[in-house]
Amino acid sequence: MALPNPNFNHRAGQVALRYSAPAIVLHWLLAAAIIGSFSLGIYMTELPFSPTRLKLYSWHKWAGISILALSALRLLWRLSHRPPADPPMPAWQARAAHATHGLLYLLFFAVPISGWIYSSASGFPVVWFAVLPLPDLVPVDKALAENLKLLHKVLTLSLAALVLMHVAAAVKHHVIDGDGLINRMRFGKR
Amino acid sequence: MAVTAGLLAAPIVSRAQQIVPAQSDIAFVGKQLGVPVDGKFRKWTAQIKFDPKKPEAGSVSFTIDTASATIGAAEFDAELAKPEWFSAAKFPQAAFQSQAIKGLGGGRFAVTGTLTMKGVMRPVEVPVQVVQAGANSTATGSFTLKRLAFKIGDGDWADTSTVVDEVTVKFKLSMTGMAPL
Repeated sequence: MALPNPNFNHRAGQVALRYSAPAIVLHWLLAAAIIGSFSLGIYMTELPFSPTRLKLYSWHKWAGISILALSALRLLWRLSHRPPADPPMPAWQARAAHATHGLLYLLFFAVPISGWIYSSASGFPVVWFAVLPLPDLVPVDKALAENLKLLHKVLTLSLAALVLMHVAAAVKHHVIDGDGLINRMRFGKR
Repeated sequence: MAVTAGLLAAPIVSRAQQIVPAQSDIAFVGKQLGVPVDGKFRKWTAQIKFDPKKPEAGSVSFTIDTASATIGAAEFDAELAKPEWFSAAKFPQAAFQSQAIKGLGGGRFAVTGTLTMKGVMRPVEVPVQVVQAGANSTATGSFTLKRLAFKIGDGDWADTSTVVDEVTVKFKLSMTGMAPL
């Protein structure tokens, strides 16, 4: 299934409009940060108690707050700049795509915020890059911390599922439908 | 016998004070990657014989149960008792014994003494502020020590880029039976 349709005229079928350069930069920067922070999160929780474990937890929190800040910037950019038009597709697919994007944006905020509240409830304030102490969102509460841990996990796994759906749909458009969808989000190429 | 009786009958310069445990605390604060980590000792005892009018004749000693150290997170508390940290099985107690107390005026005193932790003895100087209200006296103070001088957080933990060397010890002792300032 992975081979592109050899009969497809890439030039003619290409979607003319591309995302703006800042949108493209933010997309890939956040994609890397989210995948990195997700992998770190999975890895660190398996580690025995050690300086490495504490260090990685801090890095994970710094990454999460960075993702939160960049997502706020990205949302502002998205709301003030029109994205390219949808390529031709059935209405249900367009609706599903827009719903997925909406949920992705929601989780870009919900996942780091749930982690931040979890950290506050656990009694470990977040100090961004070991320099900037962030306010505690809730007082220390062990029972609440346990619930927030579960919430952070569920939200993260939902985000992972949506990212997989997003990637699968993009690849399906680009490779199977041959509509050049991914070119809209590519660096450089016009 | 006569000598013993004579000693017992001698006027006691300063009576021992009674600690009010519910209003007293021995706490410590460290930092890991900028994050303050607060802990305290749940079990300790103190013997205080102190007359604010004759501070140099006073004596202060503490015995702290190292296994009672907690920072309120089970994962960390289990670590604190291990050999790398307080080594509670081998060194169940930490202790402080004053050697000299100096009055500085205004209810402030400088207590110098020896702190013994994990088999290491070090001199420390502790500034103390005493405030009285009715029959109750409250002594508060804090001092900073270097945990690695006592080999606390040994091995991998000796790397101070994760957990800093400086630990601030803070105490609040509420007691009755102290003579007026």
